[in-house]
Amino acid sequence: MTAIETEAGTLQKGSAVGQSVPRKEDGRLVQGQGIFFDDVKRKDMGYLHFVRSPYAHATIESIDVSAALEMPGVYGTLTGDEVAILTDPFFQIAAPPGGHVKDYALAVGKVRYLGEPVVAVVAETRELARTAAEYVMIEYEPLDVLVDARAALAEGAAVLHEDCGGNLSYSGVWEWGDVDAAFAEADHVVSIGELHFDRFNSTPLECDGALVEYNRGTGQWTMYTNNQFPGFAAIMMGPAMRVGLDKLRIVTQDIGGGFGNKITSHPQLVACCLLARKLKRAIQWTEWRTEFHQSMSHGNERWFEGTEVAVKADGTLLGFRTKAIDDAGAYLRYEPLGGVIWSQVAAGMYKWRNIRLEFTQAMTNKAPVSPNRGYSRMQQLWFTERVIDIVAQTLDFDPVEIRRLNFVQPEDMPYETPNGCVYDSGDYPRAMDMALELIGASDIETRRAEAASRGKLLGLGIGSTLDSGTNNFGQSQLINPELQFSGNNEVATVKLDIFGEVVVTLGTTPQGQGHETTAAQVVADILHCDVDTVNVRAGHDSYWNSHAGFSGTYASQFAVTGLGAVKGAADMLAGQMLKLASMVFQCPEEALELADGFARIKDNHEAALPFMALGAIPNANNAGFPDDPPTMNCRYVYRPPFEVPDKETKFGNLTLTYATQIHACIVEIDPETGVTEVVDYAAVDDCGVRINPQIVEGQVMGATAHAIGAALWESFVYDEDGNLLTPNFYDYHVPHTLDMPPLKTGAFESPSPFTPLGTKGMGEGGGGGIHCICSGIQDALRAAGGAIVTDSHNPYHRVWEMLSHPERSRETIEVTSR
Amino acid sequence: MSTTSTTRTISVEINGTSYERDVPASLLLVHFLRDDLDLTGTHVGCDTGSCGACTVQLSGEAIKSCCMLAVQADGSSITTVEGLASDEGELTPLQQSFHEHHALQCGYCTPGMLMSATALLEKNPRPTEHEVKVALQGNICRCTGYWNIIEAVVAVGEGGAR
Repeated sequence: MTAIETEAGTLQKGSAVGQSVPRKEDGRLVQGQGIFFDDVKRKDMGYLHFVRSPYAHATIESIDVSAALEMPGVYGTLTGDEVAILTDPFFQIAAPPGGHVKDYALAVGKVRYLGEPVVAVVAETRELARTAAEYVMIEYEPLDVLVDARAALAEGAAVLHEDCGGNLSYSGVWEWGDVDAAFAEADHVVSIGELHFDRFNSTPLECDGALVEYNRGTGQWTMYTNNQFPGFAAIMMGPAMRVGLDKLRIVTQDIGGGFGNKITSHPQLVACCLLARKLKRAIQWTEWRTEFHQSMSHGNERWFEGTEVAVKADGTLLGFRTKAIDDAGAYLRYEPLGGVIWSQVAAGMYKWRNIRLEFTQAMTNKAPVSPNRGYSRMQQLWFTERVIDIVAQTLDFDPVEIRRLNFVQPEDMPYETPNGCVYDSGDYPRAMDMALELIGASDIETRRAEAASRGKLLGLGIGSTLDSGTNNFGQSQLINPELQFSGNNEVATVKLDIFGEVVVTLGTTPQGQGHETTAAQVVADILHCDVDTVNVRAGHDSYWNSHAGFSGTYASQFAVTGLGAVKGAADMLAGQMLKLASMVFQCPEEALELADGFARIKDNHEAALPFMALGAIPNANNAGFPDDPPTMNCRYVYRPPFEVPDKETKFGNLTLTYATQIHACIVEIDPETGVTEVVDYAAVDDCGVRINPQIVEGQVMGATAHAIGAALWESFVYDEDGNLLTPNFYDYHVPHTLDMPPLKTGAFESPSPFTPLGTKGMGEGGGGGIHCICSGIQDALRAAGGAIVTDSHNPYHRVWEMLSHPERSRETIEVTSR
Repeated sequence: MSTTSTTRTISVEINGTSYERDVPASLLLVHFLRDDLDLTGTHVGCDTGSCGACTVQLSGEAIKSCCMLAVQADGSSITTVEGLASDEGELTPLQQSFHEHHALQCGYCTPGMLMSATALLEKNPRPTEHEVKVALQGNICRCTGYWNIIEAVVAVGEGGAR
């Protein structure tokens, strides 16, 4: 493994920031001392098991829980009828028609996907709850099933949500520049019949769940859970449960992976809350793997139909037009936000100025989709990368050179895209060159010949990708002008306790990203103390004063919003410490400094107050001061500088930062079987200033593994009746140790000019590996009929089909030249 | 309870401590460890024996504790992740290597990884990269892509530890 560390040149770094400080979290985690939600227990708690729909679409004719309730040790049940009385439908992000969806914690009246929770059973043990669930008698009347978004939008299709009058949840036309003029100017127009981005998700190893307690005296629930966006969960749950948000305390400590998939557990949490109140006991709910696969947070499946690309003779890309059809699944749990979030990267990394995309989203009888690492941007970036490679192959351009020609260039930064997004910094050609060098691309033809001598088809792939981070939630108004969300925020507190302990609380919900460590690095440099002496509280508690409306960990933003808040609070505390020292020493603050755990006089290091004294004075020893000493307890809300985008033109800056990742790979395909082997792989990352390069590299590695899995093995496959055929890790193959290719990573830093620390959010990787492997497979197939890769997911049987019938995909591509 | 199972008394030694408990015959070993004994370092990540988060050592062999009933462990000696470091918190070389190589992110798979790798290193103190991959192929990690995990285990062997 080769890691190339590139110097960050001009950056002024303290002693901790920029170092690969080993993680503070690791000590407990390697000893089995982490606290995940399922580790939390209460006396006489009841275990919840959901009775789930065996049908993808059916009316519920009757429910009989009596046999289950009669079983000794069964504490109680909850049905949809009760839920419909006790709660209101969840608030919908969508405007009509999607806004008419009525979504509850349990199915009410009908079921819309296989695995939908219909009844909850609570019992003395996990085993009994599961057994008792089988004694719940439910009669269903099956309805026609829709598993294809295109079919769901057809005239006469069965309707999932009658109130919506059809299966359309959202549609909008997004157009910028002068698309007609671009096509008039083009020397070639390349038409691509249909591209398909497959349905998968990143399947965190820990499934969803919670331990929920109800305090009858205060009417307040406490949820020990692994929801990764408590701000959003609370906003969804409070109105539905008809309580104020202060009644909903959400606590996390360690979370076993999230990747966006743990944002939308609010329906299940509501069921737990209702049962905790009804049964007067703590409720323990742990989702099983099969349940997660059947019901939680699938990634957005998307079709791109009738794409046309305007190309100049020299390969300059002028623009494109396409129709995107997105499959939201059965309910809109975070959707239709995917209908706008793609536009953060509408243009990908390229300079085309004229874009028209008609976005249509349909509801189908499949699990609801929710954010998944690279949410909605990954689909768009895959599209732009496919377009580049298809144009290159069709018009005989070098895939490397056509990228180089069309990349936004470093001298263009900050670069405003056609839709008003601002790419803050970056050097895409440099990143591509670095990736190509790492995989030894200059020897590609020699290697191709050598592979051919072994009967293998070898291909070179490139995946250029942007990780847009720190959302402007104002973009939600582009899909629903009535929404009242905009901007973003995150909170941190930093305080000096009585004995001089530095204590940091975060609003974030880390799931392995090392927030305790990187926050301590930032604080240590500001307070001039040792990283080890900075105590960062583990996890999240919405009752801490570090919770805000957008608190959570999602969408590549911690290094900007989370650490921006940490920096702000630490700066405030440093100012207060100097202020207090100046009161004690009766000297101006300018004469003082923080150093080595002391506040001291610059010219007289003997005159020094230890942190312990500074903490004790305001907390426990404050008599005799003429003015109030500062509190030593600082809260800072970081707010990125955003405006609400223009709703008419859909123009405005949607995210604050754009980290770059360029992946390159070499694949070998066995023409006898269609099996693809990734034999060489490189991922180059530029996320601005890296607080902790080792943690950044870890994120790059993880995102790469997810993408390789999605490209080759991972898929949520449904049959025509809506049965999920890959409901567990046996059928849904995630990469194992032996599947992983050799990996080389590279990095350099283009600091963001817009963020407090020059950092950019990163970690999602924009699906770079998916784009990259599709690109590599298409390159390898050039020597065997020249099939075009039109799907994001290419298992051996799909590659085999491309080898056997290369004309089928080629015939979907047309070129008109003048 | 009578509708689901009968109860048996079992005796097991776990991390050097002897336990005698009445357990339902249907109780999985992993739930016995986690729910009955509060040894929550051992995790559950799937329901098909695929993920290895529940790996413990039983009589010296790495086994998946979700694929065994508690009653089947009667009379055996078990080591869980809680039994690796010393009582004073001194990490094993493998645990230390995971820390130094950033071989964990969320930490959910880590106990299982450590137990599989510990069993490997006991049998094969200097495994090659390929041998590590083979030994860990039954353990799923969704955060790291495995590269740093493999590197951490190989490094322990190269360091001559154990």
